[in-house]
Amino acid sequence: MAELILDSVSQSYAARQIIADLSFTLPEGTIGCLLGPSGCGKTTALRCISGFEPIQTGEIRIGGEVVSRHGWMLPAEKRRVGMVFQDYALFPHLSVADNVGFGLRGQPSTERLARIDELLALVGLAGHAGQFPHQLSGGQQQRVALARALAPRPRLILMDEPFSNLDVELRERLSLEVRDILKRETTTALIVTHDQHEAFALADWVGVMHEGRIQQWDTPYNLYHEPANRFVADFVGQGALLPGEVINDHQVEIELGVLDGHIPIECGARGCDECVRSCHVDVLLRPDDIVHDDDSLLLAEVENKAFRGAEFLYTLKLPSGQRALSLVPSHHDHAIGEKIGIKLAVDHVVAFRRE
Amino acid sequence: MLFALAITALVLVPVVVTFSSFAQVDGDILAHLAEFVLPELVGNTLWLMLGVGIGVSVLGVSLAWLTAMCDFPGRRLFDWALLLPLALPAYVTAFVAIGLLDFTGPLQTWLREGWGITGLPEIRSRGGVILVMSLALYPYVYLIAKNAFATQGAIALEAAQSLGLSRTQGFFRVALPMARPWIAAGLMLALMETLADFGTMAIFNYDTFTTAIYKAWYSLFSLAAAAQLASILILFVLVAVVFEQRSRTRMRYGAVGRSAAQRRIRLSPALAGLAFLYAGTVLAIAFLIPVVQLALWARTILADDLDSRYWDFAWHSVLLAGIGTLMVVAVALLLAYAGRQRPGTAMTWTQRLATLGYAFPGAVLAVGLFIPVAALDNWLIDRGRSWFGFGGTEILKGTLLVMFLAYLVRFLAVGFGPIDSGLHRITRSIDEAARNLGSSTTALLTRVHLPILRASLLTAATLTFVDIMKEMPITLMTRPFGWDTLAVRVFEMTSEGEWERAALPSLAIVVAGIIPIILLTWRGTRPLD
Repeated sequence: MAELILDSVSQSYAARQIIADLSFTLPEGTIGCLLGPSGCGKTTALRCISGFEPIQTGEIRIGGEVVSRHGWMLPAEKRRVGMVFQDYALFPHLSVADNVGFGLRGQPSTERLARIDELLALVGLAGHAGQFPHQLSGGQQQRVALARALAPRPRLILMDEPFSNLDVELRERLSLEVRDILKRETTTALIVTHDQHEAFALADWVGVMHEGRIQQWDTPYNLYHEPANRFVADFVGQGALLPGEVINDHQVEIELGVLDGHIPIECGARGCDECVRSCHVDVLLRPDDIVHDDDSLLLAEVENKAFRGAEFLYTLKLPSGQRALSLVPSHHDHAIGEKIGIKLAVDHVVAFRRE
Repeated sequence: MLFALAITALVLVPVVVTFSSFAQVDGDILAHLAEFVLPELVGNTLWLMLGVGIGVSVLGVSLAWLTAMCDFPGRRLFDWALLLPLALPAYVTAFVAIGLLDFTGPLQTWLREGWGITGLPEIRSRGGVILVMSLALYPYVYLIAKNAFATQGAIALEAAQSLGLSRTQGFFRVALPMARPWIAAGLMLALMETLADFGTMAIFNYDTFTTAIYKAWYSLFSLAAAAQLASILILFVLVAVVFEQRSRTRMRYGAVGRSAAQRRIRLSPALAGLAFLYAGTVLAIAFLIPVVQLALWARTILADDLDSRYWDFAWHSVLLAGIGTLMVVAVALLLAYAGRQRPGTAMTWTQRLATLGYAFPGAVLAVGLFIPVAALDNWLIDRGRSWFGFGGTEILKGTLLVMFLAYLVRFLAVGFGPIDSGLHRITRSIDEAARNLGSSTTALLTRVHLPILRASLLTAATLTFVDIMKEMPITLMTRPFGWDTLAVRVFEMTSEGEWERAALPSLAIVVAGIIPIILLTWRGTRPLD
């Protein structure tokens, strides 16, 4: 367990910048997540931290010790960084117990066996010690890979798209389980994924990456409710951007009415330095910001709907032709083309300057 | 990369050498060849290819369809037993067939004396050669077509039936055309073996390029003529290689998703009986009867022939095959690792060329490698004389060098295949996982790579070992004095018509040959491979 710090790290391959000026701090014992679309550089960042890729600028520190800087890196086998691979990379010729014990060589056998037992119990595979990887299901293999990485008590655990080979249901259950396991081992962990549900379920800190840069390093709650830029707003969660006009430092007018921000609109933070009255902005409306109300005089046409069990996600066409999303409890079943009453329920305003 | 290129160069040496033999044309011999020998050789070869091609296709495809798609009594047994003829080198089937069916053989004698029946077709004929070769080589088509049918046959048939075709129509219009790349690949392998075959042709006295090369080598003592014949044979081989490689490419693109649980076609009792009879007859003729006959013959001479000389032959076979196998496996391992370190198109092509030697007939390799080694030898002797006053006539020529080089070229593909596919199972992330868990490079090799590769190495070694043991022309043409092996013994005894005495060494070869078939059958059921 140790703190992980990336300090303006960049890496390029054949004249192509893969990651640029990457900086973040993952405190000891917390779980971090790099979230981004494929090709954003998140896997490369992970490989730099694990010691398989050199970096060109900056520094990577684990527990205060520099492990990578320009022109030098501590070899992967000396870093004490555990890794769970996307394809699990279990050793096919070793039993589950031997896989888990692989990194424990050199320890007295009683200690080794005790640690193997402890970990297999932790990941819920106590009865499978003698089996071979190919006899296990995908979810079980995943947990063996995690146990194997945890066994030598690494300073840091890295996981590359850990659930991408599993089906959706298993993914959700396992991500909660994995969080539980990591917390019980009080491990510092960094996970790479393109799936925000996974990131939100697992991580204390999430960094959204795009084109080799971290767009925002924040808690899941803040990423959703206070995205730092359009990319984050668009990539994290659903929503629509509606044009609006600023009235004063905490009010903005959009088609559906005037929004009162509980927190003032900090135009500076949203990329609008000279924001004054009547400045044009785009306001982010999440599906839960628009609620259905039969008594409302504001009407919108149902253009599309998706049944989600507990609720419908309606795509609404506003009178001006703009589109917005609304989450509505599922007993309000309206037909496509119907006009329904809506009202705003916005806690705080997120707005980006019009480009 | 350098290493891989060196191996490729070694493989290409025989090709270059044989073709460059046209640079020094021996007019008399060439005229003789062109006028008397070539027309017959080309005719014989073409007829043989046509006949064997049809024979192995019909046998291989029909048997593959029955065992892969239909249900009939004994299907599970036939499924692997029909591969057993692979254990019998064609030259063994050949002399057993002649021994049994010849005018003086038991069958004709019995028919003639008991029933007065005469005029059975002569076995020592073109038809006889084709029959024997087809029976010996159909497993190549059978094995590969069976896989094709098993993975895509059911889906294809069901799709065809849902579109209104009957089962028979479905077979001919969908399943068979779909499996064509597979069948073609198997067929080309069988034809390459046909072109490479020396022993059978010698026994039947059927003149083809391999026997002509041998005669030019021993009777005419003309290396040039042998090399020229070899180069023409290479042209035939290259055509087969091109077709085979093209089929393999199509196999990759033609592969359909994995078939769900196979539902076999239930045959009516009459048809099932016929299927059993058909498969049983093929198995009996191609394997059971020859083996029983070998055993019977061997018993009659056991007392006389099982002496120290026999053990010498066996020992030579094992020794040569053992050393050859070590060389092949070591080189194959290095070649496979080279590909892993430096993947890319250039490396893939280098590897492909380096393993092309399986297509070259042994007789061609013997000639193509002997000539440059002899030239090197002469150069060395000249140097030796002028520098050290050393006198001699041969340094390398009389050694096993040419033989082992030829083995290496011919059987590298046999060893490379399993090792390379084994190595592909060790993904890059497995390496990285081991390093993350603290393994040094040495520990990575000993604790991860070697144990994972063990099964592949064993498979490669077994297949190579048995192939070298069966090998005839290379050993025959390049062995130093006193290095007679079991296969050489078979050749010598059969060329004197002593079938009984050829049976004993043959049996040893057959027994060894059954091992890789067992391996081959196991492999399908074991997850690690």
